[in-house]
Amino acid sequence: MRPPSPSIPEKEFVYDALKQSLRLDGRGFLDLRTPTITFGPELGWVECAMGKTRVIAQVDAKMVKPLPERPFEGIITIHSEISPMASADYELGRPSEEEVSITRMLDKVLRRSDAVDKESLCILAGQRVWHLRLTIHCLADAGNLLDCACLAGIVAFKHFRRPEIEVIGDEVIVHEPSERAPVPLAIHHTPFCLTFAFFPDAATRPVVDPTLLEQRLSAGLLSIGMNAQREICVLQKAGGIPTTPDEVLRLVNAAVPLVKELDQMVEAKLREDWQVRKVEIR
Amino acid sequence: MSIVLPGERVPAQHVNLKLGPGLLQLSNSKGESPIISTRSGSLNHSANRSKWWVENNSRRYVPAPQESVIGVVVGRSGEGWRVDIGSAHSASLDGLAFEGATKRNKPNLKVGSLLYARVSLAHKDMEPELECFDAQTHKADGFGELKGGFVVSCSLQMSRFLLDPKHFLLPLLGSRFPLEAAVGVNGKVWVNTKEVKQTIAVVRCIEAVDPDGGGMDDVGVKKFLGKMEI
Repeated sequence: MRPPSPSIPEKEFVYDALKQSLRLDGRGFLDLRTPTITFGPELGWVECAMGKTRVIAQVDAKMVKPLPERPFEGIITIHSEISPMASADYELGRPSEEEVSITRMLDKVLRRSDAVDKESLCILAGQRVWHLRLTIHCLADAGNLLDCACLAGIVAFKHFRRPEIEVIGDEVIVHEPSERAPVPLAIHHTPFCLTFAFFPDAATRPVVDPTLLEQRLSAGLLSIGMNAQREICVLQKAGGIPTTPDEVLRLVNAAVPLVKELDQMVEAKLREDWQVRKVEIR
Repeated sequence: MSIVLPGERVPAQHVNLKLGPGLLQLSNSKGESPIISTRSGSLNHSANRSKWWVENNSRRYVPAPQESVIGVVVGRSGEGWRVDIGSAHSASLDGLAFEGATKRNKPNLKVGSLLYARVSLAHKDMEPELECFDAQTHKADGFGELKGGFVVSCSLQMSRFLLDPKHFLLPLLGSRFPLEAAVGVNGKVWVNTKEVKQTIAVVRCIEAVDPDGGGMDDVGVKKFLGKMEI
């Protein structure tokens, strides 16, 4: 079911407000909603909230036979079906265009960017590797589900610990978490996704982290997957009004400080959570 | 003012008993007809115990007759329009249900127009019907198309608070700048002011005072308005 388009007064008001450089929630054009990250009792369970948009990400690991063409690499799969719990506009089993673009972008940012090292997931070459499964549950959609889901996903990977493995010859011993401390995943870099929304009026600058109304009224969305080392992993602009290369570069430069801030916040949160979990045995 | 859960019996007895929202009278096989609550919330009654009702907060609107709601036109259907009022089914609004409308002189509504209308017919499982004039006087009295301004969603309890003349929010905002508002009991409030900044301030205050969004009180709202420079 296509989401209902906003009413005429809402549309005119939002465009007028944007022309006067005002956003409906009082943010600046380049201000993100501050993300709130909550960790669950299990390792690898993260809830990320950006304003009213909430997403839960959970990482699971099990041992499987690797793919025959890649015997030295582990397998990472991402499951992100959006249920009507997120919003009445989503239908189960019939992915809308928005849902398809979210799934593709999550795949590009979290899997194809090689954020998690797959070779470190190998246990016994050709026979046993770790299969990591990231499940994304979208609880509420108040705009910009994509950025929230990417943030939750990468934080879940950083939070997760897999059981320690000992390989003796052809035997694999899996140690219980109570015997040997579980081991974090090998993560090369931490990509974050930032979405910019463009509007039909050429004089209106693009806004970052659009709310639901801004997203519905936008004339195009540009999503940038970047890490704190200023490396671009993904740049996605599917349709929408044409933009000049200068504009794209300007937005990429605007995204750099935001990504650095996000990275610092995520690191601080992970450290804080780890303090609570560390048990010192004297 | 006790809290009741759905299915609990309510001790409501009176000669002229009137049951308000959230209460239902059942007749069971033993020949009794107990009154039970159909919602969870606080049980209230009038001073002489003739009127009883259950108060709760929710965001999903269930249409009831003679309630004023704000709807968005989503399409035409024959002689009239389909209007989305946030209920399970879209409502239908006949083309002639306006003051002074004749076959030749019908209002010109487009898809996406905002309306202030009154629910004239509402049964469960049936599509509700709307009218854009007052039931007794048959005059517009504020019903009809709403032009300009902005519409904000809030919880149902918040829209009931805003309709109460004793609630602090609208008079407080009205004392700072001129403001027009239409409150729909389906959780939608339309506001119109002279400047965009003022409308944004009203919208943010409504969201802040909403019980779902924190339930700010009047002291908090005054500080909030100060921060927004109004």
